[in-house]
Amino acid sequence: MPSSTKSASFCIQLFRALVGIALFLILWELFTAILHLPRFKLLPNPVSVVKEWVSFAPVSGRSIFTAEYYLDMLYSIARVLIAFSLATVLGVSLGLMMGWSRIFYDFSFPLVEIFRPMPPISWIPLAVLILPGVEVSVVFVTFIAAFFATVLNTLLGVLSIDKNYFLAARCLGSKPTQVFMNVVVPGALPFIFTGLQIAMGIAWLSLVAGEIIAGQRGLGYAIYEGYSLFQNDQVVYYMLTLGILGFISSAGIRAVGRKLMTWEARRRGI
Amino acid sequence: MTEGMQIPGAISIRHVSKIYDPEGVHVEAMRDCTFDIAAGEFTVIVGPSGCGKTTLLNAVAGFDNITAGEIYLDGELISSTKYQIQPNVDRMVVFQNGALFPWKTVMQNITYGPIVQGRMSKMDAQAKAREMLELVCLNGLEDKYPEELSSGVQRRVEILRALINEPRVVMLDEPFRGLDAVAKTVMHEFLMQLFCASPRTMFFITHDLDEAIFLGHKVVIMTTRPAQIKKIVTVDLPWPRRHSVMNSKRYIDLKREVLDAVHEEAKKAFEAGEREMA
Repeated sequence: MPSSTKSASFCIQLFRALVGIALFLILWELFTAILHLPRFKLLPNPVSVVKEWVSFAPVSGRSIFTAEYYLDMLYSIARVLIAFSLATVLGVSLGLMMGWSRIFYDFSFPLVEIFRPMPPISWIPLAVLILPGVEVSVVFVTFIAAFFATVLNTLLGVLSIDKNYFLAARCLGSKPTQVFMNVVVPGALPFIFTGLQIAMGIAWLSLVAGEIIAGQRGLGYAIYEGYSLFQNDQVVYYMLTLGILGFISSAGIRAVGRKLMTWEARRRGI
Repeated sequence: MTEGMQIPGAISIRHVSKIYDPEGVHVEAMRDCTFDIAAGEFTVIVGPSGCGKTTLLNAVAGFDNITAGEIYLDGELISSTKYQIQPNVDRMVVFQNGALFPWKTVMQNITYGPIVQGRMSKMDAQAKAREMLELVCLNGLEDKYPEELSSGVQRRVEILRALINEPRVVMLDEPFRGLDAVAKTVMHEFLMQLFCASPRTMFFITHDLDEAIFLGHKVVIMTTRPAQIKKIVTVDLPWPRRHSVMNSKRYIDLKREVLDAVHEEAKKAFEAGEREMA
């Protein structure tokens, strides 16, 4: 019975994952709280981190029982979502255009290749100077990082399409817009989704950098605040929060990708 | 061939030459090729690898231009040095490595042509596709994606995707390359069945001489590059053919005739290759 073997293998997988996490926690506790290894002295141990994280009266004023914690999360999630959505819409469109039109490619590729390697964080001074308010600047920095990853992967996606599909589509009587919708878009989708996964990762990265430097509120800001006030437990559980949110957002993108690319999912048997 | 049934699809190739990159590398792929394909005729093109068979197909399909000569389809000019008709549904190509859209199901692939052309409603196209799949015993695969099918089945689906458009000419570029001998015999009978059900002009490229003689009304043998017409052999075996025909004396004589011509060219190609290596 394939469905039961599938769920059995899932259970084994889950078990291994939990063992991996448990081993990590044990080592962490061992190095910090029990062995007091030299460089680990200032590192908070997992027990104190979790205690503070789920405390009703946290020292830092932030735990899963305070509104502050969720407000920080909400700010960061909203910033990432806005930036990522903009990057997806604009980045995929630009990438598709570049792959679709040789003229457009010639015009835009050099520009993209000059702007793309600029570290997103280097945009912060200009962004703060030009854009209205710090909030927009943080979103912009997050956007710019995700945008270029999306453009480049979408472009590579279009260029990777076997040219026979274009010839076949023309033979079958497609107009250019039909070729675009039936060959270019689906042909580039696997690369686009790889790009979106990368973009999401970079978006979180730039967001935290932006929040630390220019932000008010948000997870990155709270990490910096914890550092400034020597609340190391806070630093760690906010990092863990970022990790969990990053994991969920990646899984979300993968799930959407599987839905949109049934053929790929079936080929790989997932 | 059925006389008087007025099937369209007569191709006339007149003094066609093709030079790739004339200003630069200057590769002469075809030189002064002239021959005719009658409407509804199954024509097979054979010749050494890289001799320019696909070049000719690309010119007829409208994928590429020619540097001398003219090509006519039913008396209408479709390619010359000044004019190149765009690819169209009246000249369907089945590609060497397969070009079913991997992101579309079998049903979506087959119905794609009639739907984008606006020639059939989705319902009608699906009904027609189902009928065709049933005819060749591939029903039940409608919702599969190409990569879930064997390569033999993929090729058959791709041929159906071409035929549903009722093209004047079907061009197949080594469609059964890479299939094993057993799968090939099935494919040959499949193609023969479809051809007999609705005869139309076939332009079939292959390396396989048995395939060429078994399927063709006519075998056009091309020389090594630049491709010229070496010989045209008319295959006067009765239709429809079965694989047992390959044991007949006439078949063996025809094969010898084709083989001799091809072998001569293969030797030339081999020697040219040796010279290039030296």
